[in-house]
Amino acid sequence: MTELDRKKEQTPVPKEWAYAPAPESRDVVSIEDRYGHFVGGQWLEPSETYTTISPATEETLAEVGQATPEEVEGAVAAAREAFENGWSGIAPAERAKYLFRIARILQERSREFAVLESLNGGKPIKESRDVDLPLAAAHFFYYAGWADKLEYAFPNRRPRPIGVAGQIIPWNFPLLMLSWKIAPALAAGNTVVLKPAETTPLSALLFADVLRQAELPPGVVNIVTGDGRAGAALVKSEGVDKIAFTGSTEVGKAIQRELAGTGKRLTLELGGKAANIIFDDAALDQAVEGIVNGIYFNQGHVCCAGSRLLVQESIYEPVVEKLKRRLTTLRVGDPLDKNTDVGAINSKQQLDKIRELVEAGEDEGAEIYQPPCRLPEKGYWFVPTVFTNVAQSYRIAQEEIFGPVLSVLTFRTPEEAVEKANNTPYGLSAGVWTEKGSRILWMAERLRAGVVWANTFNRFDPTSPFGGYKESGFGREGGRHGLEPYIDFDGSEPNGG
Amino acid sequence: MAQAPVLPRGFELPLEPRLPRIGSVDAVALEERAASLAKRSIKKEAKVFALELAVRMMDLTTLEGQDTPGKVAALASKAIRPDPSEPGVPSVAAICVYPNLVPAAVARVEGSSVKVASVATSFPSGQSPIELKLEEVAWVVDQGADEVDMVIDRGAFLSGRYAKVYDEIVRVKEASGNAHLKVILEVSELGTYDNVRRASLLAMAAGADFIKTSTGKLPGAATLPVTLCMLEAIRDVYEENGRMVGMKPAGGIRQAKQAVQYLVQLHETLGPDWLTPDLYRLGASSLLNDVLMQLRKEKTGVYQSPDYFTVD
Amino acid sequence: MADRLPVKKTYKLFIGGAFPRSESGRSYEAEGQNVARASRKDVRDAVRAARSALPKWAGMTAYNRGQVLYRIAEMIEARGSEFAELSTGLDEVEHTVDRIVWYAGWADKLAQVLGSSNPVAGPYFNFTVPEPTGVVAVVAPDEPPLLGLVSRVLPALTGGNAVVAVASETHPLAAIELAEALATSDVPGGAVNLLTGHRDELAPWLASHMDVNAIDVTGADGGSADLERAAADNVKRVVRGNPDTQSPWEIASFLELKTVWHPVGQ
Repeated sequence: MTELDRKKEQTPVPKEWAYAPAPESRDVVSIEDRYGHFVGGQWLEPSETYTTISPATEETLAEVGQATPEEVEGAVAAAREAFENGWSGIAPAERAKYLFRIARILQERSREFAVLESLNGGKPIKESRDVDLPLAAAHFFYYAGWADKLEYAFPNRRPRPIGVAGQIIPWNFPLLMLSWKIAPALAAGNTVVLKPAETTPLSALLFADVLRQAELPPGVVNIVTGDGRAGAALVKSEGVDKIAFTGSTEVGKAIQRELAGTGKRLTLELGGKAANIIFDDAALDQAVEGIVNGIYFNQGHVCCAGSRLLVQESIYEPVVEKLKRRLTTLRVGDPLDKNTDVGAINSKQQLDKIRELVEAGEDEGAEIYQPPCRLPEKGYWFVPTVFTNVAQSYRIAQEEIFGPVLSVLTFRTPEEAVEKANNTPYGLSAGVWTEKGSRILWMAERLRAGVVWANTFNRFDPTSPFGGYKESGFGREGGRHGLEPYIDFDGSEPNGG
Repeated sequence: MAQAPVLPRGFELPLEPRLPRIGSVDAVALEERAASLAKRSIKKEAKVFALELAVRMMDLTTLEGQDTPGKVAALASKAIRPDPSEPGVPSVAAICVYPNLVPAAVARVEGSSVKVASVATSFPSGQSPIELKLEEVAWVVDQGADEVDMVIDRGAFLSGRYAKVYDEIVRVKEASGNAHLKVILEVSELGTYDNVRRASLLAMAAGADFIKTSTGKLPGAATLPVTLCMLEAIRDVYEENGRMVGMKPAGGIRQAKQAVQYLVQLHETLGPDWLTPDLYRLGASSLLNDVLMQLRKEKTGVYQSPDYFTVD
Repeated sequence: MADRLPVKKTYKLFIGGAFPRSESGRSYEAEGQNVARASRKDVRDAVRAARSALPKWAGMTAYNRGQVLYRIAEMIEARGSEFAELSTGLDEVEHTVDRIVWYAGWADKLAQVLGSSNPVAGPYFNFTVPEPTGVVAVVAPDEPPLLGLVSRVLPALTGGNAVVAVASETHPLAAIELAEALATSDVPGGAVNLLTGHRDELAPWLASHMDVNAIDVTGADGGSADLERAAADNVKRVVRGNPDTQSPWEIASFLELKTVWHPVGQ
């Protein structure tokens, strides 16, 4: 361990070759000063508004509506109207073609959306451009193809749409989460009321323009903005047949309680505290990249983030050394700079939460490492952080931090790795790094997680079902299975609500 | 047979608590990392820095059956003064030639900072007895070559005779005397990144001053992923015993944009200490003019034409 | 412009993404035009082109293939009126476009419907994946002129196969128009090859070709027994379908199934 301390002093700070700023131009997107709610194909003047900002600079971007319960009900009514008088009656092949149009338009306008996403949410343009946008378009393209093939997806089950779906999405992948919700819902023949997250409404509001270009019939998709109160109103609305929620476990539980006894369908995609497990025979340098990607991608604002590194004790030193060295080449800064690796923390609230937990970690006795890093003056930032000497019982090993903070623990045998990985109320994802195929499959069998990544991490595809075990939620998004939550089978409900 | 010196711990089961090892390389993840590094956007003064460095790192190469002293003279001239209309552009690091052309090369670069590198050891195939290869090395060094670029015996490597490969490198290093030794792995013949890593560690253990990707005589020479794989091996050796070994990607680097990508990869893997011709070279021929064109574009702001840059 | 003389189109073959004339230099008359009359050597060249295009087409992600197929639909829709003149009308063209869109949506779903993971009785992970069979020959039906051809080419293409199709002898112009749409659709050259000419001169060479993996004899009418016999020489998969149908099982006829085992343990 002393060797490591010495090495820490010697960790080089890249100083001789400074990369010049390489900003992506903001001109590609035009943001209105003020947005209303998108209901029944029209823009409605909001009765109440609030401002949404850029978390990197704290500048105001626009005024958006804070939907009241009446406004939410209005959107639900529009969705109901569209469902009964049109959408569910349209031939499935025609439904498919609307979705194909949306996919293609998103591809054509992808740079515009990527810039907006980075501005409003804080994530690096490199990610919104290369991950969020392509995946969002792909999601619409994939589900478009299912719209007229539901009998093949569910043979002998007479699949039918449910009706009106209320969908509440988070701020970490605003447009991508929108596509994960809207695409399967529409493919199955439902109509939708979507409430984007409080801090990231803008890409959803711009999406309304894509719907206009696609000539989607009015009321099929309605978008209302606001904070948790607007979401609560949507959950309580009697005109909604199904709720889909992605967000914190705490709020997920509240929604589940609220819907108890109502007969409304529900799917939840909640938090996680994934274990990223490195065995001593892993391809080391690639495993370190996987660790870094696992927790620093999107500033760690990822429900399936690999926030617990479980490293086999025999390989502990080289892994931690390589990891710390790798952190020194992470570039934290302006989300619109093409070279930025780690962007801004999404909000002051989230930043405070991260700080609180990091302090707790230090208080409880974990050892903190942060690479030298110059942060901008304004905006919300947190330096990529690694905690070593972490015990399973520490708060930083138990609670979801949702920030660029990694906790490192060790294990000796595969059984111990499984035990520690599963020792959490969460169960969204896990990572396994080993060159041995049979071990990958053995681990995958035993890990209680909805997604297992072997020798990779944070990989998503519209064909690949995603969702959690235990308190990480229920229901799957992506793949054939992602259609189920939006389908009524033989007029009865499938198991599991 | 030379006495094999103490091999680095990675070749045997270690008795020390720490576990350095040859290990494996995951191709998918490696290629992704290389692609991700290649997306860095290097502009303005950062780009000029890289381009000028690329010139200083270049090993201008001619390895043709039809090479003559005249051709080498022209190459040397270009190496010393790449852009006659821009005296600020530095000389390249070295010119790289076949053994017969070494005397002509040495004569032509005298008085300049440009080094003479000679290929040797039955380049490019390496399919000759070791005694002949050693004679060739001794001869080129005697004729004044500053650097020797040798090839490993791929036939021996691929048939598992690693000790033979190792032994040859050790003896060539001996025969090179004060000349620095680059060991060419010929990565496109090795088949997998695992083999590239093994060969890299083997070469460094045997005393290579530089490891080099390719002879340039086969299609598919240097690539960003394979170079990254070799840089990671260099890093592991440095971490283990402090020895700094150099890297030379060669072949297939024709555009300035690629050269910048190679330098970014170097910078973010080994750090700024490696940003010097003493530890990194680019083996190329047509790359130089593209770099010069890019430099002039940065200076004047307009796209350039090849007509304005000398061909040698 | 009064008394303006139009420039007449030359109707050529579609091989390897290019439009060559028949190497035989022959043509025949169909629908009032001179149309290239392909020879056995053109067949040979088309199969070669298909075989070399196969790694690229089969190697694309299923999503990518689906997008390319969708673009074919885009191109045909855009030229709707031209296609309408060469077929039974706009109705047939719209059906054709919708059929292509339907198949485009299958590309990235085949593995989920046709493949499986299999719960074998032992500590093994076992999975089955569908893969393209390779080069597929198609003898296209005469009717409907556009929809029939497309209905028999799309299933093989969607699954990742490369296709050599013999167009309808009596209605070849729709096929050539289709070739032009394919050429502007990001379909890799050689993934689809279209030969016009005398069916009886061309089909037997495809049926007996040792480097063709499957043959669709839908358009062969009475003459299919000889073709099927020739196909047996390299155990080609023989498929007989319907000129106006769409189904994932049509795609499945041109797919192989591979099953893989791997132990689960330490």
